[in-house]
Amino acid sequence: MAMAQVAVEMPEVEPEETFKMLGRGVNVHYGDKQALFDVSLAIRANQVTSLIGPSGCGKSTFIRCLNRMNDVIEICRVAGDITLDGRDIYSPKIDAVELRARVGMVFQKANPFPKSIFDNVAYGPRIHGLASNKTDLEAIVVQSLSQAGLFEEVKDRLHAPGTSLSGGQQQRLCIARAIAVTPEVILMDEPCSALDPIATARIEELIDELRKDYTIVIVTHSMQQAARVSQYTAFFHLGVLVEEGETEFMFTTPRDQRTQDYITGRFG
Amino acid sequence: MAAKRHSRRRHARERYLRIVGLSAVAAALGMLGLLVVSLTFLGHSAFVQTMVDVPINLSEELIDRGEPAKGNYRKIVTEGFLNLLPEIQARGERREAGKILSPGARWIIKAAVVANPNLIGTTHTFTLPLADPFDQLHKGVIPRDVPQDQRRVSDNQIAWFDHIAASGRISSPFNWGLFFNADSRFPELAGLAGAIAGSFYALLVCFVISFPVGIAAAVYLEEFAPRSRWTDLIEVNINNLAAVPSVVFGLLGLALLLNFLGMPRSAPLVGGITLALMTLPTIIITTRASLTAVPPSIREAAYGIGASRHQVVLHHVLPLALPGILTGAIIGLARALGETAPLLLIGMNAFITSASGGITDPATALPTQIFIWADSPERGFLARTSAAILVLLGFLVTMNGLAVYLRRRFEWQW
Repeated sequence: MAMAQVAVEMPEVEPEETFKMLGRGVNVHYGDKQALFDVSLAIRANQVTSLIGPSGCGKSTFIRCLNRMNDVIEICRVAGDITLDGRDIYSPKIDAVELRARVGMVFQKANPFPKSIFDNVAYGPRIHGLASNKTDLEAIVVQSLSQAGLFEEVKDRLHAPGTSLSGGQQQRLCIARAIAVTPEVILMDEPCSALDPIATARIEELIDELRKDYTIVIVTHSMQQAARVSQYTAFFHLGVLVEEGETEFMFTTPRDQRTQDYITGRFG
Repeated sequence: MAAKRHSRRRHARERYLRIVGLSAVAAALGMLGLLVVSLTFLGHSAFVQTMVDVPINLSEELIDRGEPAKGNYRKIVTEGFLNLLPEIQARGERREAGKILSPGARWIIKAAVVANPNLIGTTHTFTLPLADPFDQLHKGVIPRDVPQDQRRVSDNQIAWFDHIAASGRISSPFNWGLFFNADSRFPELAGLAGAIAGSFYALLVCFVISFPVGIAAAVYLEEFAPRSRWTDLIEVNINNLAAVPSVVFGLLGLALLLNFLGMPRSAPLVGGITLALMTLPTIIITTRASLTAVPPSIREAAYGIGASRHQVVLHHVLPLALPGILTGAIIGLARALGETAPLLLIGMNAFITSASGGITDPATALPTQIFIWADSPERGFLARTSAAILVLLGFLVTMNGLAVYLRRRFEWQW
């Protein structure tokens, strides 16, 4: 955490206030193996930032640093600086549990709790005390499900088990669950990799809508998806952040040869 | 051609494996079947008891209305019984004939009169158990066609018995006494009530101690403890503990609980604590296995929306692991139910003729009762031993069945 010696070269014109989150000199080790080398990346507010790169390149590792999910893994060590609204999230003053309420996460495989649809969404507000009574809680659940574009499909069976839904619906349920605690940032770790194209399209539309209210970081395998949903893209390779910038420019005029090779499909 | 031969060989190998597996299962089932069949063969006769209907004159001369417990029941019973055989007059023969009836018959009548003093002054027909040799004679265990000095009943007694039987007074109803009587010197009166109560209280104590402690230990080790040399050491030792012979736990109970802490001897409390020490490793190991079996995605989901560690464990992991935990606990308890050695060492093999009323009363347990009966010379206890084993097996099957049911019923399908 004290390793913030790396000054980041950010585009001159951009004031830091537009950065919702900012990683500086992030190094991550799993035991003896180093997974991330000196990564510095800005996440801009109310934008979708996609992290792309071949398997094992460290993009999932990086996204899991943003809400300290790596804390749960015992052998994982994170060094460097990551800030949320300018405050170091790895500082001892920050409680990882509260941080995760502000920085929500959606996982690769839809993982609803084995509870009812309602309870899945209501769980977060309940443990964080966001609703003072039952009516409030119901309002939060309905609003979250609507925002996730799921309410119309499930309104008649809110008490059916969450696992009875289809894969795409389960993933939207997980998104509803994440936004029910009103996070500021939503991290999505390959949210569509287990879905069919139609369900994927729904989620992508949803991401675009959610951008108005949330800052979104998405890890994806698919460059097409990155191009479709994100405003900013960061390309990781072998634990190094090779290149980052506006999606448009990344895909048309990459500066690094490796990025060029990856997006033209020469490796991956 | 080669591919065909290869495929044929593969099929043959599969068939061979299946046959080996099936025969292993058949062998295991066969042994279990042999056990149950031999126990049933030996023990089935203990499930019925030969009884005789005897009209008993409860005369006021022999029983004081004020104190019905103090009557001379021995005389009452003997006279009532010998009235069935009016031709016997000689004193020696009367003594001999009196032995056909169970010596415990007088207590049965005493209990009936004490419970209902209105019987005094009337003649009431009681259904009383026969003494063990005649029970066995009636069941055909004691042969009639051998010389008199080679069996426990005399020719005279057989003749009298047949005389009574000819009058239709002998019956063989289901032996409820096997379940509702406590232990007795007389096989015809001995039952398992004391052992069942003792086992129940011991298991209750065992469960109350080992279940919460075991789960708490497992949850700590699995969810909270940092991986270190210490936790590895603890883990190794828990696994060792699970393999320690149960007699060692009995010695520990004897030395620590009885001799050092001065707890009551033969009490289900001590038995339960000793069994809890034995069951604890099993519960810890199965609980840890069930906790590990909860998919990591559920933990991630909970952490991801800001659940704290204890919320993740209490709200998600533990409820999902509960069916497995319960199954493990029941299997551990079933093992504790069948455990004999530690109970012998803390004196739960005492001769106790009343069902224990609490965890500190002296008691026996089912397996120790089997041990006591197996050691008794009377023919009646031979059958009763097998019957008691069948009862114990019945409890074990029920508990294991319950474990399977719970697992099926509450197991989460992923």
